[in-house]
Amino acid sequence: MDLTYTPEEEEFRARLREWLAKVLPTLPPKPSPDDWPARRAYDLGWQRMLHDAGYGDVHWGASPTVRLIFLEETEKAGAPYVGAGFVGLLHAGPTIAAEGTAGQRERWLPPILRGEEVWCQGFSEPDAGSDLAALRTRARRDGDDYVVSGSKIWTSHAEVADWCELLVRTDPDAPKHRGITWLAMPMDAPGITVRPLKTLAGSAEFAEVFLDEVRVPVANRVGEENDGWRVTMVTLSFERGTAFVGEVVACRRVLRELAAEARGNGRWDDPVLRRRLGRLNAEFRALWRLTQWNVSEAEAVGGVPGVGGSVFKLRYSHARQELYDTAADVLGPASLDLDRPWMLDRLSSLSYTIAAGTSQIQRNIVAERILGLPKGR
Amino acid sequence: MRFQLTEDQRALREGVRELLTRRFGPQALRVAVEEPGRLDRALWRELGAAGFFALRLPEERGGVGLGLPEAVLAFEEAGRALLPGPLVATHLAAGGVPGAADGEAVVADVGGSGLVEWLAEADVVRGEAAGAVPLRSVDPLTPLHRAPEGAGVDPAAVLLTAAEQLGSATRVCELAAQHARTREQFGRPIGAFQAVQHLCAEMLVRTETARAAVYAAAVTADPADVDTARLLADEAAARGARDCLQVHGGMGFTWEFEVHLHLKRTWVRTHRTGSATDSEERMAAELLAEPA
Repeated sequence: MDLTYTPEEEEFRARLREWLAKVLPTLPPKPSPDDWPARRAYDLGWQRMLHDAGYGDVHWGASPTVRLIFLEETEKAGAPYVGAGFVGLLHAGPTIAAEGTAGQRERWLPPILRGEEVWCQGFSEPDAGSDLAALRTRARRDGDDYVVSGSKIWTSHAEVADWCELLVRTDPDAPKHRGITWLAMPMDAPGITVRPLKTLAGSAEFAEVFLDEVRVPVANRVGEENDGWRVTMVTLSFERGTAFVGEVVACRRVLRELAAEARGNGRWDDPVLRRRLGRLNAEFRALWRLTQWNVSEAEAVGGVPGVGGSVFKLRYSHARQELYDTAADVLGPASLDLDRPWMLDRLSSLSYTIAAGTSQIQRNIVAERILGLPKGR
Repeated sequence: MRFQLTEDQRALREGVRELLTRRFGPQALRVAVEEPGRLDRALWRELGAAGFFALRLPEERGGVGLGLPEAVLAFEEAGRALLPGPLVATHLAAGGVPGAADGEAVVADVGGSGLVEWLAEADVVRGEAAGAVPLRSVDPLTPLHRAPEGAGVDPAAVLLTAAEQLGSATRVCELAAQHARTREQFGRPIGAFQAVQHLCAEMLVRTETARAAVYAAAVTADPADVDTARLLADEAAARGARDCLQVHGGMGFTWEFEVHLHLKRTWVRTHRTGSATDSEERMAAELLAEPA
């Protein structure tokens, strides 16, 4: 067991730090969360800078450890989050890199890496969220096209996306996990309607997408027809792998800020609150160690994250909610003011035990795939 | 960074597990419960001969020359097997107290909360135990005395205790999953019910998070890592034993089933090195220090 980094990794860290210190002060101010076109431009601009400096493909071109260092250092330096680039860089990109043809990789990967195109995720449906394989959006073959009808929901960045990683049902008679196909759908195709959804945090984070006889070329299919479930599992394993590294670093920073706030406003003298902060410090330190453990394991087995991601996600989602509830207790009545720091994050954190597989689904995964319990009901 | 067990570390863990399965399996555990307060000196010497106590002593002083990570793996196995005796105190005395390293001497320690384990069986007592009075110990396999004063706490004792807790947490999670896979009710294995699945899943999540914390603390020996390991491992072991008992239903509430022994030992270990509150306070104070 070793927690030291190789000289090459340390050199990467030092170079990245130096570069961040140079470029971050030159960035324009962050746009308002409600201004989607401005957010798109800002996020793509940041990706472009990363690309030009040689960090564009760090999410799937580098080793898991180098990626860990990248996420740790960018978060510590206060660099922009991946933002609108999330689905392209952490979902569709790695999936196409692993499962796509040479032509598909050539068509889609460079624009993602250069910060030119935004992707959104078309997995969830109104009647198929946690039971993803129950999706009903239909695609029938018509010559060189699939003709797609149905609807998707909880689609982040849909208003400003160029492409959608879309799951469709190509064989309605097959068992539900078969009969699914993974398509890359251009968002400017006729028949697509996007309607923004307002979250409980008051922002338009995602959208409903309605599909009415949308034509998608067969050439845009990634993987075989009716083999989309397997391709999707490849996509999701990336999501549960190291996607939360930066957030753990951010939570540890928030915790220090909370301690300082509590010291300033006198709440630090409350031993119950103080010990709760102490326990959260242990919690996030352990989550950081678990991240390092999972990354090392991924590296040992060839870079593909395992089910350890479910263990991490379960523990992390709840810890994050506990963190922001504790922030509210540090602030007292001021926690009712949405302009105070952390309070919008508190609302956003409510999605953590739901998004990317609910805690209940994650527990089923842990019970069945790690502990070998019989399939649940 | 390769934060995974090395081949040698795996082999060491297997070796200790094999020794303990052979010498302290379920049958020996039963016998020990029937003879509370008696320490198996022959087993103690065997542990000594296998290098359990001298693991971290340099080779030139007759030790094995390994480090804290290896000691943590050995103590994890001891916790898994519910091995009785003042293991941590004797291990820490190796090199300082004659006979401790090779298992000839049993060493007791006046711990952080003023509790002394195995005082009557000890050949050597470290700390001030004069005037200690016996308690009716909750754990049938750990005789306890209350001493007038507790001593300072050695971080290595905190970490090795956390390793034992991790072993207990791992074992009770295995027991619960094994039972859930095979025990049938309402015409199917109870592990097919989500209520049971989710109890077991949470046990595993707590255990694996604690594992990362305990192993990291063994690598860094950083005080904040050690406190983290302690808090997470205490939680994984104590809550895990309760959940394991719950999964076993009425069977879990019997003297015959081993889970109560894990739960009671877990409680003893929770107090061995001072209170969890101390660790929480130190972790709180660490938040106000400058980040590394």
